[in-house]
Amino acid sequence: MTVLVGYLPTVEGEAAFAAALDEAARRSESVLLVNSPRDGAPVSADVAAPDDLAALAGRAAEAGVSLEIRQAAHTGQFADVLLEIADDTRASVIVIGLRRRSPVGKLFLGSTAQQILLNADHPVLAVKPLRR
Amino acid sequence: MSSVIDGFAVVLEPANLLYCLVGVVIGMLIGVLPGLGPAATIAILLPITFGLEPVTAVIMLAGIFYGAQYGGTVTSVLLRLPGEASSVVTVFDGHALARQGRAGAALGIAAIGSFIGGTLSIVALTLVAPIVAGFALDFGPPEYTVLALLGIMLVSTISSGGRIRALTAAAIGLLLATVGRDDFTSAERFTFGNLSLADGIDFVPIAMGLFGLGEILYNLEERHRAVQAPTRVTNVWPSRADLRQSSGAIGRGSVIGFVLGILPGGGAVLSSMAAYALEKRRSKHPERFGQGAIEGVAAPETANNAAATSSFIPLLSLGIPANATMAVIFGALLIQGVTPGPQLVTEHPELFWGVVNSMYLGNVLLLIMSIPLLGVFVRILRVRAAVLAPITVLITLVGAYTVNNSIFDIGLVIGFGVLGYLMKKAGFDPGPMVLAFVLGSLLETSLRRSLLLFDGDLTGFLTRPISGVLAAAFLAVILLPLARTLLRRRHPKPSREAEGQADSSLPAEGQADSSLPAVGPEGSAEPAGRSVPNVVGAAGGDQRRAGPVSQQTVRRDPNPEESE
Repeated sequence: MTVLVGYLPTVEGEAAFAAALDEAARRSESVLLVNSPRDGAPVSADVAAPDDLAALAGRAAEAGVSLEIRQAAHTGQFADVLLEIADDTRASVIVIGLRRRSPVGKLFLGSTAQQILLNADHPVLAVKPLRR
Repeated sequence: MSSVIDGFAVVLEPANLLYCLVGVVIGMLIGVLPGLGPAATIAILLPITFGLEPVTAVIMLAGIFYGAQYGGTVTSVLLRLPGEASSVVTVFDGHALARQGRAGAALGIAAIGSFIGGTLSIVALTLVAPIVAGFALDFGPPEYTVLALLGIMLVSTISSGGRIRALTAAAIGLLLATVGRDDFTSAERFTFGNLSLADGIDFVPIAMGLFGLGEILYNLEERHRAVQAPTRVTNVWPSRADLRQSSGAIGRGSVIGFVLGILPGGGAVLSSMAAYALEKRRSKHPERFGQGAIEGVAAPETANNAAATSSFIPLLSLGIPANATMAVIFGALLIQGVTPGPQLVTEHPELFWGVVNSMYLGNVLLLIMSIPLLGVFVRILRVRAAVLAPITVLITLVGAYTVNNSIFDIGLVIGFGVLGYLMKKAGFDPGPMVLAFVLGSLLETSLRRSLLLFDGDLTGFLTRPISGVLAAAFLAVILLPLARTLLRRRHPKPSREAEGQADSSLPAEGQADSSLPAVGPEGSAEPAGRSVPNVVGAAGGDQRRAGPVSQQTVRRDPNPEESE
């Protein structure tokens, strides 16, 4: 059993990671972090830099939580990929960050978070970054 | 002299200014994109140039070519991902500098070096090209026959993927050039009764297919491991120490680039490697190279821009394209009804000087654009191949149709696209094929004219002084490598064979140094021809060392060829 978190190098991803650490400490489980850009482009804003990941690992160690990082490109829908990993690892909870998306934007672009919430067979913890 | 100044008047026409800007921006963009090279882009954009004035068209196409040399640097330095083949060697030191947090200095010195190399090369082009053209006015059909043969031979010798394969490709290109009605007897050849083939195969579908579609298909196979977007580059102005350290490299890079750019088959790729190798050899601390030596960025970037400019000399003054990209521009000129050749300077001075002088402006534009707009250009790398490829294919096919409003041409583009893809997969370079196709019609007409002139006596080629010298050079290009292979077979050296395997994956083969001195006799056409052998020898030497490393970084490299 593990806490699965979908991570992007954004404020939302940051909030999700922080919540995942808390959750893992409470359940005394490990954290599995998935950072997966879409395949096909040479550069992607979704990839977390090595320094970034090292900092996250440092924070996990500080909190006394063991952290596993998976960083591989995906094809198709990220929601499907994440849910498959959740099934394989029998995740106890999936933690995701929510970002603001307008109804029109959702109509055209869809929402990965919505797909995860609707299709997951596991509990999902959805986190929003603090508004400042 | 007044025609030179008139050339500036041509450049400053609003339409030409606009297309110069459009050209260099497109050049920068495709320079950044690892998939598309300048030859492919120019081939794809050929139909767009139809509606333009000849000067405007070539100004834009030239802008794409030298703009791509600037753009390729950016990704080499920031992402360790060479955007162009000519920026492959920049990766070694450029990326090392970026990891030390000095990406700005590397990009700054590359932009400055490119600007200086490009500008010096234009000045030299301005001085040399009319002289070469004046000299070439004495050329008759026999001279052109031998010159075309020599060009095809040199391109095949120096091209990537091995000599046998290049020669095979060139032979197919020559065969394709014979399709259609015979110019002298009007007999139909290889048309199979097809009316669309009666006028011969057009250059445009061949170039669009082999370079454009073939390259797009081939790139779909490539898988990139996505990397994070680079952080903002700050402090692009290189320090005074950097400038002092690389001033020599920039000077030598300009000369190497200029000289190698003129040679058939030379061009930007070879010259950047040669310049890097020379700097490494000259340096008192060669171990610094690969660890972030600023000269290692300055020299190749200067050289590839100088070469991109100087490769216009054989095209504009002799009508002989020196490399694949020039072959496509040659095609663009033919479509416009302008035959490049020695008469170009006198008959179309506005075209000649307009194009040459637009390069000054283009280089200034690139220098201004390259640094502040870096972030914009890098953003294009976020576009996925699944989005980019269909759009480019669509543009290519629609463009192919618009040339003659012919569905048959679309079929040709697809056919040649598949052929180009298969050639690349099998390690054949489509460059010699396109070049041989372009030179094929020139070769055929001049050969048959000279044979009429000589009453069918082949020795006529050897008795005329210029064609005789060129023929000797041609024979030397064939015989020298052959003799070397025979010698090597007689005295087998195991260590050398192992080296040969390592260097064969790179565009310039080790044997290139043996074939190039043969150009010496032609030296009257190019003043600096004498320094070539050393330079290329240095390149060959370095490739042996750099071989394994670059095998990973050269993306568009065809399969390594077995040692001959």
